[in-house]
Amino acid sequence: MTSVRSTIEAAQSVGRAALIGYLPAGYPSVDASIELVQCMVKAGVDVVEVGLPYSDPVMDGPTIQAAAEVALAGGIRTTDVFRVVGASAALAPTLVMTYWNPVERYGVGRFAAALADAGGAGLITPDLIPDEAGEWIGAADRHGLDRIFLVAPSSTRRRLEMTTAASTGFVYATSVMGVTGAREQISSAAPELVRRVKEVTDLPVGVGLGVSTRQQAAEVASFADAVIVGSALVRSIANEDAVSAAAGALAALVEDLALGVRGEVER
Amino acid sequence: MSFSAPDSMPDAAGHFGRFGGRFMPEALIAPLDELEQHWRKAMADDEFVTQFDALLREYAGLPSRLYEAERFSETVGARVLLKREDLNHTGAHKIRNVLGQALLTTRMGKQRVIAETGAGQHGVATATACAYFGLDCTVYMGEVDMVRQALNVARMRMLGAQVIPVTSGSRTLKDAINEALRDWVANVDDTHYLLGTAAGAHPFPAMVRDFTRGIGDEARTQTLELLGRLPDAALACVGGGSNAIGMFAGFLPDESVRLYGFEAAGDGYETGRHAATITAGQIGVLHGARSYLLQDEDGQTLESHSISAGLDYPGVGPEHAWLAETGRATYLPITDAQAMEAMALLAKTEGIIPAIESAHALAGLPGVVAELGGAPELVVCLSGRGDKDMDTAAKWFGLVDEADLVAEVKMK
Ligand SMILES: Cc1ncc(COP(=O)(O)O)c(C=O)c1O
Repeated sequence: MTSVRSTIEAAQSVGRAALIGYLPAGYPSVDASIELVQCMVKAGVDVVEVGLPYSDPVMDGPTIQAAAEVALAGGIRTTDVFRVVGASAALAPTLVMTYWNPVERYGVGRFAAALADAGGAGLITPDLIPDEAGEWIGAADRHGLDRIFLVAPSSTRRRLEMTTAASTGFVYATSVMGVTGAREQISSAAPELVRRVKEVTDLPVGVGLGVSTRQQAAEVASFADAVIVGSALVRSIANEDAVSAAAGALAALVEDLALGVRGEVER
Repeated sequence: MSFSAPDSMPDAAGHFGRFGGRFMPEALIAPLDELEQHWRKAMADDEFVTQFDALLREYAGLPSRLYEAERFSETVGARVLLKREDLNHTGAHKIRNVLGQALLTTRMGKQRVIAETGAGQHGVATATACAYFGLDCTVYMGEVDMVRQALNVARMRMLGAQVIPVTSGSRTLKDAINEALRDWVANVDDTHYLLGTAAGAHPFPAMVRDFTRGIGDEARTQTLELLGRLPDAALACVGGGSNAIGMFAGFLPDESVRLYGFEAAGDGYETGRHAATITAGQIGVLHGARSYLLQDEDGQTLESHSISAGLDYPGVGPEHAWLAETGRATYLPITDAQAMEAMALLAKTEGIIPAIESAHALAGLPGVVAELGGAPELVVCLSGRGDKDMDTAAKWFGLVDEADLVAEVKMK
């Protein structure tokens, strides 16, 4: 299986940014989320982020919060997330995006083993900073998993150095001071943050938070190695009742975003 | 009255043993560092200390009295000294923390304060401090709680605060904290998050402790004056843990003084409907720190239950988790029924109606007396007054059955 990093670098080598797509497991149901994640890959997503729904998602805006609530009300379990990962990993490198407590509760070593077994590539941890991640870093190394930490416009140079040194796969740059959710404009802080990250690491840099359109994807692709889209994808399926209709809407948006990361903007 | 410099706990990264720390989005780490620097500098600055002391004295009415409750003492077979935080401005210990943090906010040059509130007590205290300092105040409150505590919503609005209903998750306190954190990360440049208890990411647990430790420092001095010696034990109720840690901080080095925290056991901790986090929870991470919490097998936070809104929180501050693990403090569950009985007993024997939160500490007295033997001398934190709880008490005890009232009026 190709790694997350080599997938992003392969996109770079043909002169485009990689497209990373986020969907929560279990939304609107576990089986439907499997179908939707696979649909997203077929439509042009290079790397998949499977969200592990959590009761207290402090980094998420209303769209992803609502999806997590639906998934939890539907009875999703941590083990179901590994099933979604397995189905996705058959098609593309797949990461799990999770708040820390579900991992700690499952057992850090046990979680890493189960994720690796399912074919998962690693974890994105929005509320775990490297300072607190000793156990996870050890487990990730034992199981060959990527550990993707976040950096933010407020990160100091010292923290950028420390965080990128602890990261593998890519560095997740949150483009704004804020939570997930579509925004009308790409934050002006994003290019500056990417520049600062590039000063301290050779890892690819992915930019997330707020990208929802092809134009925005193209804009971010002009200064980042990967474009991360979440809330917009969730919103595209939230409006549809039938899974097939949701898949259609999702595929259409992903195809559009895939043009964006290739720098093809509408005139 | 004065308060001491920060204790050596936590360590530089905010850990109390294996508890505490910072489980927060990276975006908030620099702001938390900045807050910690400002706080440490302020605590070492005579001007800040003097200002804070003066505020507590002139505005909040502190130090609170240590009152020997003689008739109540007889009923429990101990000498009970009540730390009268119920007489503070706004009616609870919470004023100490909010004045400390609001003063710090002005020093940081920030104009806006946000806070979470469950029952509305911390929201009211925060709105009060913001009115005093002329700060812009926004309080997040679960939609469910806003309906349950409409009077406190009115108070906050009267004080000029904006109250924002939280409609996500369980629409209670924990979700209000989530929403406040979301606001903070987006507005941190001009906004201070005035967290209401000794929980959350470092430096909040240590900072809130140090702003509330006047409870214990005063109580220690007052006990020595009154008894000529230290008490046998200090007791407090534990929600997030601010009044308890404030009380305990004053006595931590005194090994002869036993420390007891009382958690809300709701219908009984064995029923699953409770908020007894240390008694019946497991170790995990919530709202920025590792501590005990109520969670399911997958680490999803469970809803807590207590008749006392101020104790109705599925987490607890990390220093309490550490004090429990090291055995320095003992944490015991008190049911709704036990707390309500103690509330009534204090009202009838002393003419003091305690907050239901504080009644949990009173209800713990018989157990402590049995454990210590003899007629021990005990300091209890009476963290707040019960006015806010009269609706709940009236329902619980059937004090104002409407049909009866109508009948009584007709008889006249
Ligand atoms: C009177 C009173 N006591 C205790 C508490 C519990 O909080 P803590 O554990 O932080 O002292 C509250 C919270 O609202 C309160 O109002």
